[in-house]
Amino acid sequence: MAALALARALNLGLRKALEANPKVVIMGEDVGKLGGVFRVTDGLQKDFGEDRVMDTPLAESGIVGTAIGMALRGWRPVCEIQFDGFVFPAYDQIVNQLAKLHYRSGGRLRVPLVIRIPFGGGIGAVEHHSESPEALFAHIPGLKVVACSNAADAYTMIQQAVACDDPVIFFEPKRRYWERGDVDLDIPLEDAFPLHAARVVREGRDATLLAYGPSVRLALDAAAAAAEDGRELEVIDIRSLSPLDWETVHHSVRRTGRCVVIHEAPVFVGYGAELAARVTEQCFYSLEAPVLRVGGFSIPYPPSRLEEHYLPDVERVLDAVDRVFAY
Amino acid sequence: MTVDSLHHTVAPAEAGPADPTLVQLLTPEGQRRGHPDFPLEIADDDVRALYRDMVALRRFDVEATTLQRQGELGIWAQVLGQEAAQIGSARALRPTDMVFPTYREHGVAWCRGIPPEDILQLFRGINFGGWDPAAYHVAPYTIVIGAHALHAVGYAMALQREPGNDSIAIAYFGDGATSEGDVNEAFVFAASYRAPVIFFVQNNQWAISVPEIRQSPIPLYQRAAGFGFPGVRVDGNDVLACLAVTRAAAAHVRAGNGPYLIEAFTYRMGAHTTSDDPTRYRLAAEVEAWKLRDPIERVKAYLSRSGAADADFFTDVDTEAERLAERVRAACVTMPDPGPLTMFDHVYAAGSAMLDAEKAAYAEYLASFEEA
Repeated sequence: MAALALARALNLGLRKALEANPKVVIMGEDVGKLGGVFRVTDGLQKDFGEDRVMDTPLAESGIVGTAIGMALRGWRPVCEIQFDGFVFPAYDQIVNQLAKLHYRSGGRLRVPLVIRIPFGGGIGAVEHHSESPEALFAHIPGLKVVACSNAADAYTMIQQAVACDDPVIFFEPKRRYWERGDVDLDIPLEDAFPLHAARVVREGRDATLLAYGPSVRLALDAAAAAAEDGRELEVIDIRSLSPLDWETVHHSVRRTGRCVVIHEAPVFVGYGAELAARVTEQCFYSLEAPVLRVGGFSIPYPPSRLEEHYLPDVERVLDAVDRVFAY
Repeated sequence: MTVDSLHHTVAPAEAGPADPTLVQLLTPEGQRRGHPDFPLEIADDDVRALYRDMVALRRFDVEATTLQRQGELGIWAQVLGQEAAQIGSARALRPTDMVFPTYREHGVAWCRGIPPEDILQLFRGINFGGWDPAAYHVAPYTIVIGAHALHAVGYAMALQREPGNDSIAIAYFGDGATSEGDVNEAFVFAASYRAPVIFFVQNNQWAISVPEIRQSPIPLYQRAAGFGFPGVRVDGNDVLACLAVTRAAAAHVRAGNGPYLIEAFTYRMGAHTTSDDPTRYRLAAEVEAWKLRDPIERVKAYLSRSGAADADFFTDVDTEAERLAERVRAACVTMPDPGPLTMFDHVYAAGSAMLDAEKAAYAEYLASFEEA
């Protein structure tokens, strides 16, 4: 066990992936000599060479498109998109090509490619640097979409994503990069918690909080605060947005009868809408209250001096919890 | 070059086969020419084979167009007029070289050995590409016109990392695709990594209704210079020139000298697709002028004049082409529709429990009709 920051855990996970398979390559802007703007790939080029950790030209569609070509030849590229808002120049490649090549070829082509995207706000950044575009990817069949929330998961999930035979959009909670957690560096990948499973990270009987990525920490903080008022909230880290581990959600909500979904993205047509709809559809007779969502407003991500109002906080989560108990 | 800034139209200084930079080895009248940079020694047998390829391709194309008109295909992208560009270039490749085509590369597919009826599956709506890309070294057709240029570059970058492998990649696209960001990014990446890739642009003059001259005030092949690699313009209706230039480009690329751009200057004699109406945007006189540069007729003239083929040869080739058309038609009209549950297959290589559940639910729903 080692206490590591999430970014460092990702770094060590990527290192493991590079060691495990000589076909793994890392490519992106500034990932080599600089080690990435968040230093997630720090030191990897030095140890694995410029052919395996490539500083590419500054062109996102080019990065993803050429990575697809490499994957078609049996390589396993891991692309870094520097910031969430910069993924859109590559969106056509991701949606029309990456997600569909296996399907289009009748299963004859495989595109095992990971696209790492630091996402979400809370770091006081300028525009295009604090987006939450996960629903836009989870909506696309053919992609697998995951979000890590802590250092231990970051270490294993990135390795599992690289080993996956399907394209994986790998969201990293950038405002949690520096949060430390215990990481078992010797855990064999086959013993690690499955990539596409949701995890109950706090048990409780009174209501279920569903969260992923940066919002998991928030959900845990809210649950701790609620416990002081005598409410035991269960917190589920969704982890895999697509495919969704519905069983874990289902079992929890059936038991608690109340559900609040938390994410940073705008609530309107957000990922929480899917969760709320499923819970309503399939747990209807267990529910004591409507499923509520806490998230961003229907505005572009605001200037950083306003982001504390935009981002869900403990008070807004507890307000929603109060409302589901008011029915 | 003159530019009308009000109407955003561009009149090219020159745009046509009279261009002295155009590589041509066989004139429209069927006379052989030499070229100092792109010499070609070719046996009569091989010229006859190229002719046979082109006639077969044209007959297939006509049959597919007819099949679309009869409702057997949803749409068809004709290759009429571009036979020489595709056959000449594709015959210059090795079987292990990897081809990344757009949706009109029926001649390239033919040269790679893909049965023409398999190409029709995409246009009939059976699947998105009826061949094994690994077996034929041809990626699926790409509908988004520039996207695959990047795949070709990435594939070439992968080849670079395989010691002893001197295979190359080639991306086919049209003049319209050169306006796409992806093609320009492909040029940047290919140049940056000196990737072993050929960009083969078939400049058929029209991106649906937008003429090439509206998209590029300079000849397309000259763009390569701006990215730092060679570009050449070849007479795209001259199968010998296309063969020679692609061979030279392949040798250049294979030797580790980085990418190469070929602009095959040709003409789309038909519509963009069977949904298009080119009479709305181009003049009949232009089409008539290009008819005189027909890629098949000039080879026929050469073979006849030189005595390399007699009347029986041409009759045999036509008969073979008719048989091909019959075979393709029969295969097309008897193709069964895929079963409904197959639409759930191959979304993921590693599967998805969520998707399995959807598939099972739909299977149950369908079965409920059988029980009723």
